[in-house]
Amino acid sequence: MTLSFRPEILWSDALLFLLLAALAVFAWQVGRHEHLREPWRRVGRSRMGMGAAVLLAAYALVGILDSLHFRPALPAEPGQPVHYAAEVHSVLDTLVGPLRTQVEETYSAPLALHLYAKETMELPDGRQVRDFPRLKFGGAHLAGVEARAGDIAGHIGMGLLAGGVASALALGLALVFVGLGAGPQGPSGSPGHLGITGAWSALSRSSSLAGLRAGLIVLCLLLLLAAAVIQLAPHYHILGTDKVGQDVFYLSLKSVRTGLLIGTLTTLIMLPLALFLGVAAGYYGGRADDAIQYLYTTLNSIPGVLLIASAVLVAQVYIETHPELFDTAAARSDLRLVFLCLILGMTSWTGLARLLRGETLKLREMDYIQAARAFGISHLRILGRHILPNVAHLVLIAVVIDFSGLVLAEAVLSYVGVGVDPVTASWGNMINGARLELAREPIVWWQLAAAFVFMFALVLPANLFADSVREAFDPRAGGQA
Amino acid sequence: MRPWPVPVFLLILAALLAACGGPANNPHPAGQAGGRILFSAFESRPKHLDPARSYSENEVVFTGQIYEPPLQYHYLKRPYELEPLTAESMPKVTYHGADGGVLPDNAATEAIAFTTYEIRIKPSIRYQPHPALATDAAGKPRYFPISPRELVDIDDFQDFTATGSRELTAEDYVYQIKRLANPRLNSPIFGLMGEYIVGLREYGKQLEKEAAALPKDAYLDLDRYPLEGARVVDRYTYRIRIRGKYPQFVYWLAMPFFAPVPAEAERFYTQPGMSEKNFTLDWQPVGTGPFYLAVNDPNRQMVLRRNPNYHPDAYPTGGDPGDADEGLLADAGKPLPLLDEAVYVLEKEDIPYWTKFLQGYYDTSGISSDTFDQAIRLGPDGQPDLTPDMGERGIELSTAVRTSLWYVGFNMLDPDIGGTGERARLIRQAVSIALNYEQFISIFLNGRGIPAQGPLPPGIYGYREGEAGINPAVYRWENNRPVRRGLDEAKALLARAGYPNGRDAATGKPLTLYFDTMASGPDAKSRLDWYRKQIGALGVQLIIRDTDYNRFQDKMLKGNAQIFEWGWNADYPDPENFLFLLYGPNRKVEKNGENAANYANPEFDRLFLQMKDMPNGPARQAVIDRMVEIVRHDAPWVFAFYQKSFGLRHGWVKNGKPNLMANNTLKYRRVEPAARHAYQARWNRPVWWPLALMAAALAALVVPATLAYRRHLRATARGA
Amino acid sequence: MLNYVIRRVLYAIPILIGVNLITFALFFVVNTPDDMARIHLGAKHVTPEAIERWKVEHGYDRPLLFNQEAEGTGKLTETLFVNKSLALFALDFGLADDGRDIAREIGTRMWPSLAIALPTFLVGLAVYISFALTLVFFRATYLDLTGVVLSVVLMSISGLFYIIGGQYLLGKLWHLVPVSGYAPGWGMFKFLILPIAVGVVSGLGDSSRFYRTLFLEEIHKDYVRTARAKGLSERVVLFRHVLGNAMIPILTGAVVVIPRLFLGSLIVESFFGIPGLGSYTIEAIQAQDFAIVRSMVFLGSVLYIVGLLLTDLSYTLVDPRVRLE
Repeated sequence: MTLSFRPEILWSDALLFLLLAALAVFAWQVGRHEHLREPWRRVGRSRMGMGAAVLLAAYALVGILDSLHFRPALPAEPGQPVHYAAEVHSVLDTLVGPLRTQVEETYSAPLALHLYAKETMELPDGRQVRDFPRLKFGGAHLAGVEARAGDIAGHIGMGLLAGGVASALALGLALVFVGLGAGPQGPSGSPGHLGITGAWSALSRSSSLAGLRAGLIVLCLLLLLAAAVIQLAPHYHILGTDKVGQDVFYLSLKSVRTGLLIGTLTTLIMLPLALFLGVAAGYYGGRADDAIQYLYTTLNSIPGVLLIASAVLVAQVYIETHPELFDTAAARSDLRLVFLCLILGMTSWTGLARLLRGETLKLREMDYIQAARAFGISHLRILGRHILPNVAHLVLIAVVIDFSGLVLAEAVLSYVGVGVDPVTASWGNMINGARLELAREPIVWWQLAAAFVFMFALVLPANLFADSVREAFDPRAGGQA
Repeated sequence: MRPWPVPVFLLILAALLAACGGPANNPHPAGQAGGRILFSAFESRPKHLDPARSYSENEVVFTGQIYEPPLQYHYLKRPYELEPLTAESMPKVTYHGADGGVLPDNAATEAIAFTTYEIRIKPSIRYQPHPALATDAAGKPRYFPISPRELVDIDDFQDFTATGSRELTAEDYVYQIKRLANPRLNSPIFGLMGEYIVGLREYGKQLEKEAAALPKDAYLDLDRYPLEGARVVDRYTYRIRIRGKYPQFVYWLAMPFFAPVPAEAERFYTQPGMSEKNFTLDWQPVGTGPFYLAVNDPNRQMVLRRNPNYHPDAYPTGGDPGDADEGLLADAGKPLPLLDEAVYVLEKEDIPYWTKFLQGYYDTSGISSDTFDQAIRLGPDGQPDLTPDMGERGIELSTAVRTSLWYVGFNMLDPDIGGTGERARLIRQAVSIALNYEQFISIFLNGRGIPAQGPLPPGIYGYREGEAGINPAVYRWENNRPVRRGLDEAKALLARAGYPNGRDAATGKPLTLYFDTMASGPDAKSRLDWYRKQIGALGVQLIIRDTDYNRFQDKMLKGNAQIFEWGWNADYPDPENFLFLLYGPNRKVEKNGENAANYANPEFDRLFLQMKDMPNGPARQAVIDRMVEIVRHDAPWVFAFYQKSFGLRHGWVKNGKPNLMANNTLKYRRVEPAARHAYQARWNRPVWWPLALMAAALAALVVPATLAYRRHLRATARGA
Repeated sequence: MLNYVIRRVLYAIPILIGVNLITFALFFVVNTPDDMARIHLGAKHVTPEAIERWKVEHGYDRPLLFNQEAEGTGKLTETLFVNKSLALFALDFGLADDGRDIAREIGTRMWPSLAIALPTFLVGLAVYISFALTLVFFRATYLDLTGVVLSVVLMSISGLFYIIGGQYLLGKLWHLVPVSGYAPGWGMFKFLILPIAVGVVSGLGDSSRFYRTLFLEEIHKDYVRTARAKGLSERVVLFRHVLGNAMIPILTGAVVVIPRLFLGSLIVESFFGIPGLGSYTIEAIQAQDFAIVRSMVFLGSVLYIVGLLLTDLSYTLVDPRVRLE
């Protein structure tokens, strides 16, 4: 028996899974140590933090679904070996099904039934007229524009209903969770069974559950929205179509993965470098410090865009000279993405390294570390036990803060022409294309708006989450007055 | 503590500006709009303004107005027709046998060993005022030699206060032909002209030897050796001698490559210290044309100003039928040029250019595909017309089919889709059908193109209209128009090639094709998506391999590309200039020729040699028809489309007939400054209320807080 | 003091050599001299002989790093790297590949860059600090909350949107400023308003939040409490004490970028058509003009090092307790 698909692990997928594994290990570590758990509890209690976290998790879900790649098998004649399509699909592609394949001719406005450009059409009697033709898919089941409003309302109603059910389910789960006291401690301060009413009053009032409450509210809203979209999207282009008629909503969803990968993989690449070099420079001092300082001053002093531009060109040459490594188009554009992350990582580690060096320099002079050294405890042990845990919050804060900056940087790099592959769906590519659309009259605004909303809905929670993490780990910087 | 909020700051600034008069958003200095000045833009800075080097369209915009070759294209007449410019008459052509003897005009091509062109120029044409030609009281060159000390104080080209002029002589034309061989100039046509002009290649070798012996920037005296193929006969006459018969040569005589350059200029510019200040012939031209380059700031703007020494020249008195009705003959007989100045501003992006055009700050504009819907409405018969909005603004549209061709080439050396094999040919034809250029033109060009039926665009001799002109491999003739064959036919071809449904019939392996491109950017993305979609409809995978310019060139040179897009802009209006793109010995690989598909068909090559030297006529047409038929059958290219160029200009710009061959059209243009001034003021009334609103919003936010804070302070003060 | 400066300048030399080596390596991995020749000679009718000639003429005919054929030290010195890099240290940038003098070009293009970057920087600094101080002044009121939320919202918008939006509104819809362009002299005024405003607004979220945090950190310190206890007005506390003490971190962040202002902003300049060094650099990358890219990288590094030096010096000015060893 043969599979009807072949899983395909792209480089970026592999790195993403590595990152997820690392996160799991980190979470496990945090769970084991009370003093590490405490700041995370504070994050959990923060309304802003939890609300943002739910949104981020939704993005992450889309990103991960889009990272499970496979190649479907082609229908084979009996007796022939099975061949797989050259096109790589992701689980997300399968889930959104019709969005990917329902391609129109060119622009159409959100929820439109007609194309946005007039076309010359031939009437049955041979005469030619120039008019807006009907879309092939968007609202094709309707007789005319008059039926649209009712149809849309119907779909949304259905969606809201389904979303309401799902929300109720989520709420119920939360109540059980709180009621069993498995969650944060109840208002009485002691874990225990609260009963449904007790759980409800705790959930709706307790200040220690404020985070959970906010998270739940965001989750419910998200579920309602998602359900409505799921109802509507197969029948309409809810965010319109682009120049070649692709569904803009689908493109925006596909861009999520690109944005997330650039924000996270870059960090994954930069982290070991920054951690190792920064701490080493601060701790050992002397020659090592000089060498590392030389390295990062040199790298730092090169204007970033030039460095990135040249490095991206190098990556392209590599891809070009090794065509045998990439049997699919996806693999080619994927590698360019990985290279971009790599390059961004190589150029952005210097800031964190410098910060870590300074902090380590300070820590080194601390009494307890001096004492540890006096007792002859090995350097590695001191680094591992005393220094690393004490700089971990710096790393964390830097990572969370960098994330949004990197997502934004992708757009700018695409503008300069050294961003991701032009065939990769990304917000940068969308904005770049939309710049031209703004000059059209009537104006084509939906692609720009979609990129704006999707980006904003990722970067804003990322910033808010970063804030609450920073506050939780470093109450001084919190700034409540 | 009162930070100045940005909007308030802006408001004050803007108010100041508004007080200065004129629309606040005018990018040009106030007052210029009233002059006989044309405002236009250039997209990328010209690299070379030396007539021996410049070849790109964006350079010829300038060199075409400054330099004058002996011939020019008639401004109004179509098909394009050459006429004398500085020459007194058209060149006198004589044929010679191998022994040098003169042959009759109707001599057989094989018998002709050499052709001589004798050109006599008009007397008393004078150069623009230029420091290289300045003389002192004694008649000696003023700035040659120039002392390093004197040069120190000269920072700008305008600092050369003394200028001079002299009469144009035949010697200057010969000098320029010699310059084509100058190894330091790397003239783009040296290779080609070396094949034709007698002794030019050897002359180049000689100069190279000499240049190697000299210091890097020393003066290379081109007059030390005679060039056999270009000789001065008398003060106003010179002769060019070329190998064999090359009737197309006369077209080259209308390009700036064959414009005169005074030897004094070269000597002036090669003095030490000059090139460091960007004083080079490549940068500060000296010509006899209607305009001279007054401001050369390629980072910002280039200004062409009327040449005070321009020779008598008049607007043509006759043109095509219909020209008079369109007002194109209103200026007939008037002395040229009709403008005092032309200002070209650097404008790298389409959108600001378009916006400023609509605001009336540029007089002319092209149309990008994104601005098309705003500007153009296609009539029921597909004829383009301006939208009512544009019409109200008095904007006018001119269209012309460009003498250019876009095609998608197959690398004929590719093992899978190249070669003469039947299988590969069927795949190529299937792809030709699948790439639906009617759709492409509608999506990406807004109809500004004609689906190509063969290698020759309309307006070139040999092009056939109607049913006789269709490509039967891709089209059928139905209802009096060409109809693209259906996808099912393409699939059937693919099945015949052994790939039913895009899968290898024997192994079931899917067929994969590769598209090589150097395109990047948002527009390219949608175009590449389109290609994938079209080929995908055949069940065939198209993989895009995109690279940078260098890598792409390299792939093409080595023959590693598979499918690629390519375009060709005619140098001159003759079928030879298109069909040579498919001539075997002219292939890209090894020969570095222009035959990018590396197509080679012995029959085609034989016919090409025959067609090349024939005069236009039924015999030539027959040969061309046969050649086109061969190419359609072999399908080394997907004939994509011939581009239509749409130009917009404001109503105050006159005499705007597009002439795609002539370079020197600026002298015919005229503007009506008063109308322009009035329109600019009307279209650019500033809108202030949003700023006021912003300021108010800010105040609404700050004032209550300040009040609240004051109250709070007072309360605590009382409390304490 | 002087010793310190000299030491720092000497320290810069190995860094600059490193920078040169990196850019050189990066550039020639992707650009063979043949490629460069082909780009500069244009697409039509280029012969191999012309490419050879171009390389000889522009000095690209030597080996990259090691010359097999030369004698003695010539093996190392008669190479592309040494020839093309050494001159930089004398600030002799040579000719660009289109034959124009780079130093001269930098000299003229620096001014438009500066005309945008310096006001953006100064106005920005003033606006951000005032905005942050305002927020701190009104801390814990709805104004502070609104301000913080606004900052986060502003931060979460890509800079490209500000430029696109600004051009669309102010230039196209309201006819208040030219959409893009530049003019020397007094005429430049109207061209600068929009880029500067966009530059300031796009940095508003990030910077004012940063400054607000700095100020808040100061405000919780003991000396502020003491000052307040002495009965000093909030205004005096904020301006004299908080601002004064927060100056050090502000300076570290700000001074280091001042010299680099010369290089201009790549994105803003290319959007607004400002003929500055930023657009020069972008064009050079696109045209693969190695001579220009190398010069700009070198200049950028020099300016960065100068910035670091200035930062250190400014410490001593602001805070007399800091002494340079």
